Amino acid sequence: MLKSTFPWLIVAVTGCVMIAAFFVPPLAEWKNEAGAWFEILAAMAFVVGGANLFAQHLKKISARRAGWGYSAVTLFSFVVTLVVGLFKVGVIGEDPNYPWAGHYQAEGSALWWLYQFAYQPLIGTMFALLAFYVASAAFRAFRAKNTEATMLLTAAFIVLLGRTYAGTWLTSAVPDDYSALTFPGMTAIILGVFNTAGQRAIMIGIALGVAATSLKVLLGVDRSYLGSDGD
Amino acid sequence: MISVMAVVLCLLTLCTRPILAQDTAAAPTDAIAPPSKLIAKDHDNDAGTAIDLEWTLSPDDQPQRKPRVVVGYQVFRSLADGMERVSLESLTPGTVKFTDRSCKYGAAYLYEVVAVGSGNRDSEPARLAQPVRAVRQWFDASRVWFGVIVLIVCGCVIGFTEIVKAGRGTHVRAIAGLKAIEEAAGRATEMGRPCLFVPGLRDMNEISTVAGINVLSHVARIAAEYDATIEVPTCRSLVMTAARETVQAAYIAAGRPEAFNDDRISYITDEQFAYVAWMTGYMVREKPAACFYMGTFFAESLILAETGNSIGAIQIAGTSQAAQLPFFVAACDYTLIGEELFAASAYLSGEPQQLGSLKGQDAGKALAAALLIAGCLLATETSLLPKTTQFAQALDYLTNSILR
Repeated sequence: MLKSTFPWLIVAVTGCVMIAAFFVPPLAEWKNEAGAWFEILAAMAFVVGGANLFAQHLKKISARRAGWGYSAVTLFSFVVTLVVGLFKVGVIGEDPNYPWAGHYQAEGSALWWLYQFAYQPLIGTMFALLAFYVASAAFRAFRAKNTEATMLLTAAFIVLLGRTYAGTWLTSAVPDDYSALTFPGMTAIILGVFNTAGQRAIMIGIALGVAATSLKVLLGVDRSYLGSDGD
Repeated sequence: MISVMAVVLCLLTLCTRPILAQDTAAAPTDAIAPPSKLIAKDHDNDAGTAIDLEWTLSPDDQPQRKPRVVVGYQVFRSLADGMERVSLESLTPGTVKFTDRSCKYGAAYLYEVVAVGSGNRDSEPARLAQPVRAVRQWFDASRVWFGVIVLIVCGCVIGFTEIVKAGRGTHVRAIAGLKAIEEAAGRATEMGRPCLFVPGLRDMNEISTVAGINVLSHVARIAAEYDATIEVPTCRSLVMTAARETVQAAYIAAGRPEAFNDDRISYITDEQFAYVAWMTGYMVREKPAACFYMGTFFAESLILAETGNSIGAIQIAGTSQAAQLPFFVAACDYTLIGEELFAASAYLSGEPQQLGSLKGQDAGKALAAALLIAGCLLATETSLLPKTTQFAQALDYLTNSILR
């Protein structure tokens, strides 16, 4: 009983406090308190996550499962980053009597170096891949297979052209009174009218979905996310 | 010669005199005119910790005068007995309002506003005649209409839930993406490959993550029934803990508790692109037969969905991030759009009390549509009949009071 009912009670009480804090100004501080408790829980869970990461990769290495080399690199990186961060390796404090008083991310420290010259380039590389994926997805999405796809292709063509100098130049002869017929004008109409209308309809649906799901969570109607009641 | 020099000196003296006189007149010795008409009143809809100040500019605060005579304003506060005088804020020239949000509830304060000139010249202060206290409001009146709308929507959800629980059935339209979950799990079993479930990037305090975990419960149960393995890499430790509990409960409900393996629900990293790197590596190596993306996604949505597409997996996605929906639509077989992600758990469970909540959402949509139509009509009338002020007032009330 306790395994799912007690967590649900915590969720319900916290949820009610958050709602009350939204409408009752003197209770606004309670909202911050609830947020602080969540941060404490998340920090404790971070230790659980770190332990899980360590255990998973150690298992993989000891069993010599496929790709165990990657696990070894991951664990090595994890330990090195943890050690240089915790012990503030290379951090020079402003007061020589208290060298540890410097910030752990201070420029020139080992952690700063790892972040700047190892982590950032890796993140940048992953993000750069997105450009190629956008191209391949666009190629597939914009094939004129049926009426809807053709309309999508046409709209995309106008918007892409309307955002470039070529689009402005191609329709530069159109008089100002008919500026809606230029590529930039049509782009503005497509984005400002059709696209915004669709986006807002989706947003209203999402907001209502959030409200209904929150209510189900508060009332305990749907407790799937809490697991079973069996202890 | 001497007489010529004397004449020149006299001329020089005569020419220099007025210049020196002008310099003396321009020297910054004049007092700066103070700001005036300082008034203070309680800040609305707060916990009694803020006071609004308003004053009239110093006559010397004129932007066209170069260099500017007044370079700013300084606000001071003291207790009613004149003790604890503190400087609160330095404001730019031309400022006529300031809200002091650092008041103690119940304390009476006196305020002074001083115009600050160049060269540290300050004007005489504009003072409050009477001390002022912040007043506590027990209800935020600016949120009345929001409260009314929330009550209507929640009332509809609870009302329809009770109606459906009482045995009056409800029709729920088929959602292709959710019907395909069983097909995807069956395909994974046939191919002897795992199902991959990605619960998004956010933590358990995000309602779309909770919705995603609710869907995971049903996906895991179907996977358990089909004897398919399910892999849930998470990028938040709390999500990992919740997902483990959920999947274990699903395996128990499916009558196969021994098949549950908590190693398959693991924490990867909190970092967005490091998480993506792990996932794409896993997809390419293990080639899961079915990929589910349910939760909050950002730039990584397309990288994940395109990688899944390239390995030929059946892909079903749902997110509350409207900006990511086009990417999922382009790369996935099925996409849950908008509220469908939040409806998924109710749809899959088939429980009457959950299905009733969908009907309540429909009532909310009807209310939103009614407000939209009313707004469109009022805006049209206002533009067609600009002299009729009632329409403009109604439109203003709708947009700035009801929908604020």
